[in-house]
Amino acid sequence: MSRTTTTTRAEYCVIACADAWRDNGEVLASPMGLIPSIGARLAKHTFAPDLLLTDGEATLVGLDGAPEGWLPYRRHLTMVTGGRRHVMMGASQLDRFGNQNISCIGDWQQPARQLLGVRGAPVNTLNNPVSYWVPKHSRRVFVEKVDMVSGVGYDSAAAAGPSATRYHRIPRVVSDLAVLDFETLDRAMRLASVHPGVTTEEVEAATGFPLARPDELPFTREPTATELRLIRTVLDPDGLRDREVPPA
Amino acid sequence: MTDKTMTPEDVVARLHSGMTLGIGGWGSRRKPMALVRALLRSDITDLTVISYGGPDVGLLAAAGRIRKLVAAFATLDSIPLEPHFRAARQRGAFELMEIDEAMFMWGLHAAANRLPFLPVRAGLGSDVMRVNPGLRTVTSPYEDGETLVAVPALRMDAALVHLNRADRLGNGQYLGPDPYFDDLFCEAADRAYLSCERLVDDFAAAAPQSLLVNRHTVTGVVEAPYGAHFTSCVPDYGRDEAFQKLYATTPWPEFAERFLRGDEKSYQSAVETWHEEQT
Repeated sequence: MSRTTTTTRAEYCVIACADAWRDNGEVLASPMGLIPSIGARLAKHTFAPDLLLTDGEATLVGLDGAPEGWLPYRRHLTMVTGGRRHVMMGASQLDRFGNQNISCIGDWQQPARQLLGVRGAPVNTLNNPVSYWVPKHSRRVFVEKVDMVSGVGYDSAAAAGPSATRYHRIPRVVSDLAVLDFETLDRAMRLASVHPGVTTEEVEAATGFPLARPDELPFTREPTATELRLIRTVLDPDGLRDREVPPA
Repeated sequence: MTDKTMTPEDVVARLHSGMTLGIGGWGSRRKPMALVRALLRSDITDLTVISYGGPDVGLLAAAGRIRKLVAAFATLDSIPLEPHFRAARQRGAFELMEIDEAMFMWGLHAAANRLPFLPVRAGLGSDVMRVNPGLRTVTSPYEDGETLVAVPALRMDAALVHLNRADRLGNGQYLGPDPYFDDLFCEAADRAYLSCERLVDDFAAAAPQSLLVNRHTVTGVVEAPYGAHFTSCVPDYGRDEAFQKLYATTPWPEFAERFLRGDEKSYQSAVETWHEEQT
């Protein structure tokens, strides 16, 4: 049982991110953020060897960095609309039905805080699976209603009709506290697992809306010995993951 | 055949206030910065700017030259939020048509192909539809009957792009990993101006697929070494991260006073002097 006490919070987050790409087949894994990147490479190293990865620019690369393909923005966007991709995006705000905001805070006409803009979130959410990574779970991020719907949530997609729902899917949300999904009848966010060391009450206190929860709430799974070794010695030997999610 | 070479000043003399201007590159990558700087030295204002936004948008916004921006984002890449774009938006300085990256691309394709719109599966269900009440949907005439967004053509009066090499006729070559959308910008514009790192006599030895921009879409060619500075122009040079940080953290009047008062040559030498001071 010693491994339970030695696995860090950041390492549980890596595992929870990696599992997002399990059984995805031959698709592009597009991780945004450090821990999702470690997770995607861990998945490719172990249970999802067919995943494609990029160098962050226009080249498809293997785990050793060797080029295997060309993916400039124009082709990347076709990868999105063709659906052979699973992205894990960030979120400045995320609501109960998975609507995401990265555009601005406050009134869009003259925002209190201008952020990135909607970027590719609208096309992503309607075309390829989109998961989210939130390194600091708080009521600032998990809000009742987002200020500018950039990534489309389940309720907004349903209201927009069959062309919006056809390929829409949000497999999971990983935060520093828990894994959440939308496996409920009304597609409201549900607590799927908490990371060991985190209580349900902590997650609820850091979430700005009521969370559905299963009768038996599991812990996020333990890494295997091989996975821990890969994370610590191959994928992130300098421990940068602890900067994104500090040890509990 | 027509020699299209000109100076940045010649390009700006062909632009005018109130026009719709497309700017190539992406974020803080291969932006036609020498041409943008020349534009800043003119009195041209009231522009509608169409851009995958980077410091081109930031500079023009800070100088108050934008009436309307068409964009999916503005970023400096290594510095996620473009500070001058951000400040301008927060003071409500210009009108914004905020659309998705893919909608933007299909808008360029529509303009390049002389189509009024192209259908895309993007925007539906998002607030892009709320903040652009003029956007319309279109229903497929085929069995599927799908309703999609009809992205209007992003036609522009002029486009500015920067590539690694060009000849005097207006053929342009990119040597980096990504063409971005510079060919489409040239095709979507009534007139396109192409700056390059270096003019070459011909492309006899070039890989033909690297010849991104064809001369029939280009009105003027400018040789502008370090013309994308401080954005990246690989493999000729990477982004000048230290200088970009200075740009992002210096109050605008101070930055403009030190770096943008003179011509391109004095800009480049002011940058060189600043770098020497740092060592």
